[in-house]
Amino acid sequence: MVRSIMMLLLCQLAGTVVQEGTGLPIPGPVMGLVLLLGLLIWRGGPSQSLHDTAGGFLKYLGLLFVPAGVGVVTELQVLKANALAIAVAIPVSTILGLVVTGVLMQWLLRGKADA
Amino acid sequence: MHNLLPLPFFHVWSYLQTQPLMGLTATLCTWELACFIDIKAGHKPITNPTFLSITLLACALLITGTPYSAYFNGAQYVHFLLGPATVALAIPMYANRHSIKKHFVPIFISLTTGSIVAAVSAMLIARALGAPHDVLVSLGPKSVTTPIAMAVAQNLGGQPPLTAVFVMITGVFGAIICTGVFWLVRVKDWRAQGLAAGTAAHGLATARMILINETAGAYGGVAIGLNGIITSVALPLLVNIFGF
Repeated sequence: MVRSIMMLLLCQLAGTVVQEGTGLPIPGPVMGLVLLLGLLIWRGGPSQSLHDTAGGFLKYLGLLFVPAGVGVVTELQVLKANALAIAVAIPVSTILGLVVTGVLMQWLLRGKADA
Repeated sequence: MHNLLPLPFFHVWSYLQTQPLMGLTATLCTWELACFIDIKAGHKPITNPTFLSITLLACALLITGTPYSAYFNGAQYVHFLLGPATVALAIPMYANRHSIKKHFVPIFISLTTGSIVAAVSAMLIARALGAPHDVLVSLGPKSVTTPIAMAVAQNLGGQPPLTAVFVMITGVFGAIICTGVFWLVRVKDWRAQGLAAGTAAHGLATARMILINETAGAYGGVAIGLNGIITSVALPLLVNIFGF
């Protein structure tokens, strides 16, 4: 388990070093994700320990973004000042995203069964 | 020792505000309470534990007059784990690699188009209604899973806490309306439904799809990871092109 956490942290560290070093706009942890995915494809899958540790992290993903979300208390003025823009932009854009992705994917997959 | 007994409560209170213990304990207790409520309510989109926890803790801070910095002093230990958790998304993506490989081109085209439409339409509408730059770039990554969305917003000069709130609103809204929208526009393919849910409204809508169909859930998972990567790359370019 310690080795699996070490693995995740090393990927994140390497990703962050690449991001800071190159000034690319991709966040360090995302770069770490790509790096780990590459490693898994190259080495042929995660160990049982890495699989379980990652599963543990992802099971509590919802908890992990609570502290940042509570930061809304520092943004109440901004939310109030832009209430209309937010109340229109989020629902409309979410429906558009659902429709465009769903319709396009269904059309591209027409007649193609899954393996 | 004699000065311990008459110690006023506010002394203890102000001492605890300088320590990480309270913020951390409050976060975990609230999470457990929120999960309990969610189970009792039968996993309704609106009783999503993250959404509930944020609401409860934000109210508690406002009522007690506790500054966010005092709370975050403890909560930062939970917050830090977002980084390794994002890296851990590689494992479910690896597990779904055969399906992704087989339909890579349709997945890539639909996901990229849907992701760009969702992000650009949100920013265009908000700009038309008078929202300033930092709100626009905080709104752009709202369809992506929170850890990635916050990092993208930060890189673009947005407000990560604001983005976290936008991501939550998007997820709750998407989870409530997705099945109705698919019915209206006659999207029946489970793969298309799952991909669309994961692309437009990340884990919250995906969690809803998992309950309905397993294939849809798997495609939602793929969409969460891929959309995170695509948005990280595309959003800075889009913000430049449209001049947000």
